[in-house]
Amino acid sequence: MNSLRRLGQYVLDSVEGLGRASLFFLEVASGARKLIRRFDLVVQQVFAVGVLTLLIILVSGLFVGMVLGLQGYNTLSKFGAADSLGLLVALSLVRELGPVVTALLFAGRAGSALTAEIGLMKATEQLAGMEMMAVNPVERVIAPRLVAGIISMPLLAALFSAIGVLGGQLVGVGLLGVDSGAFWSQMQSGVSFHEDVLNGVIKSVVFGVVVTWIAVFQGYESVPTSEGVSRATNRTVVYSSLAVLALDFVMTALMFK
Amino acid sequence: MIQRRQLELWVGVFVAAGLLALAMLAFRVGNLAAGAVTNGYSVQAEFNDIGGLKVRAPVTLAGVRIGRVSSISIDPSNYEAVVTMELDGRYNNIPVDTSASILTAGLLGEQYIGLDPGGSSQYLKNGGRIQVTQSALVLEKIISQFLFNVASKPGAEKK
Amino acid sequence: MSTTQTDPGASGALVEIRNVHFSRGERTILNDLSMTIARGKVTAIMGGSGCGKTTLLNLIGGRLRPSSGQVLVDGISVPELGTRDLFELRKRMGMLFQNGALLTDLDVFENVAFPIREHKRLPEPILRHVVLMKLETVGLRGARELMPAELSGGMARRVALARTISLEPMLVMYDEPFTGLDPISKGVIAKLIRELNTGLGITSVLVSHDVADTCAISDYAYLMGQGHIIGQGTPQEIRQSEAEEVRQFMDGLPDGPVPYRYPAPDYLKDLLQEGPA
Repeated sequence: MNSLRRLGQYVLDSVEGLGRASLFFLEVASGARKLIRRFDLVVQQVFAVGVLTLLIILVSGLFVGMVLGLQGYNTLSKFGAADSLGLLVALSLVRELGPVVTALLFAGRAGSALTAEIGLMKATEQLAGMEMMAVNPVERVIAPRLVAGIISMPLLAALFSAIGVLGGQLVGVGLLGVDSGAFWSQMQSGVSFHEDVLNGVIKSVVFGVVVTWIAVFQGYESVPTSEGVSRATNRTVVYSSLAVLALDFVMTALMFK
Repeated sequence: MIQRRQLELWVGVFVAAGLLALAMLAFRVGNLAAGAVTNGYSVQAEFNDIGGLKVRAPVTLAGVRIGRVSSISIDPSNYEAVVTMELDGRYNNIPVDTSASILTAGLLGEQYIGLDPGGSSQYLKNGGRIQVTQSALVLEKIISQFLFNVASKPGAEKK
Repeated sequence: MSTTQTDPGASGALVEIRNVHFSRGERTILNDLSMTIARGKVTAIMGGSGCGKTTLLNLIGGRLRPSSGQVLVDGISVPELGTRDLFELRKRMGMLFQNGALLTDLDVFENVAFPIREHKRLPEPILRHVVLMKLETVGLRGARELMPAELSGGMARRVALARTISLEPMLVMYDEPFTGLDPISKGVIAKLIRELNTGLGITSVLVSHDVADTCAISDYAYLMGQGHIIGQGTPQEIRQSEAEEVRQFMDGLPDGPVPYRYPAPDYLKDLLQEGPA
């Protein structure tokens, strides 16, 4: 009976949390409209969220592409289809790995930093101080970060996929001797802009919204102590990773019939 | 405020690089460049069986890509597949008696249309039709044909 | 804008709190509390930790709403204000937080300039003049390029004070301004509070549990305990009060109306009892 009650309580809490997060999102979204006049705030956050995540994205993208080149070659050459290596590398990256791995790395690098930063601002009363200075922290602090996350994610994912393709080419063509012409032409004829590239971009935009939303919400709702902030940071990474993977499944099912 | 300028510069570099990567995905990796055939023209061809041919499959002439398949439908009068191809406007001197066949890249690769130029001095125009076509080779049909041939050969069973 | 207009001039009160109740969940934090804060004076609110002093400041600033009762600032009923009107009112009041609450990603100059940049469109040279003037008031004009992390506690609080007065408020609330400061910094802050009060005519509300420093600079003081007022008067009057609760607080007695022991069952019984089976 007790565990049943706990389960019920847990479900209720979760639903309530979701409701609060949704209302918070609406509040931020309506605050974001005022950012057109304060675009400098967004630029600052694109630096913090996007530029500072760039290096890890580029390095990971390169390695993921190279691994795809190696593994793909090993499997494809068994069927005498090594010429399709470019297609395999590009499709894997553009459809799935680019958006998903970028979103996971983004959650770990930028998302956790966002949560910690906002949580710390709350713990040190900076947000309360803004309120008392008649500045709405949701408009001034949260909204620019959300917008910056949504702008940065597709760009990061595109960079990841692009450098991944180059990494695949490096291994496939440079090391394993796949014909360069076949590598690129198979890729071009097999990868469709509308179905593959565009859907990948849509995925990464959705991931950008979700991961940044979770990050700023967890920061804003965190218990304003050092323990509370570290817990919130942890939750950001766990929740956003799960959300990204689950949403990826749903979107893949809808997009690639 | 040098620091601020620097920050803006970095953001600019980041956004430009991201857009560049997106463009690369669209044109170099994807087929947007191939899809956007400038002042192209379309021709049609009917096939008994197109096998696994798909929209946006390449159309080649002597191995060179000159266009793509833009749509595939069924002619309701004779149940043949009607394939519409979008050809690059630069190649406007393809003879009318050219033949089209559906080929496979590699043993199990994807299928594409190969054009074999004829000798006529009249050229295909927009909305034109390729008369001579060869359908796709469907593996099951080839195998069953082969088995049928073996079985019907006299003396084949006696050995 | 729904405001309850009373006559603030007659009573000379800038802030009036009438029969306010405030509870969080089951716990009652403020219980039928009334007080007036005189215009142009330094009013101290003293009391032990957790007696609801900070809650009171948040009620005046409109960050919390009372469960019942009235909070009037300059004749305007704060709990009834919508967001926009509340923000308009807040531009006329400042709050100095315990640790300063400076924005960590901005330097001292930008911190002081922050409210001005957000609310007024001043040309850069004028803004510079205003900010330097405010920093000069607190004696930190030379520290304008430091980041908050490089400041000592006392300096951070002075910068925060400069920021608080940058919009020239009518009311400044100080939340524990002396906590965690060395005697020199304490003296500096106390002097500044007094100077701002007389020099700029700012009404000051000072929340603290630091008896000596607070009494030295305030014109009137309230003593709070368990969510209501246990004593009030000029610092002199409070010092001489005979009320038991007031005496315990002022003299720092370990036991009294506020018990030394947390409620527990009888000691002997507790010892003789077996541990949790």
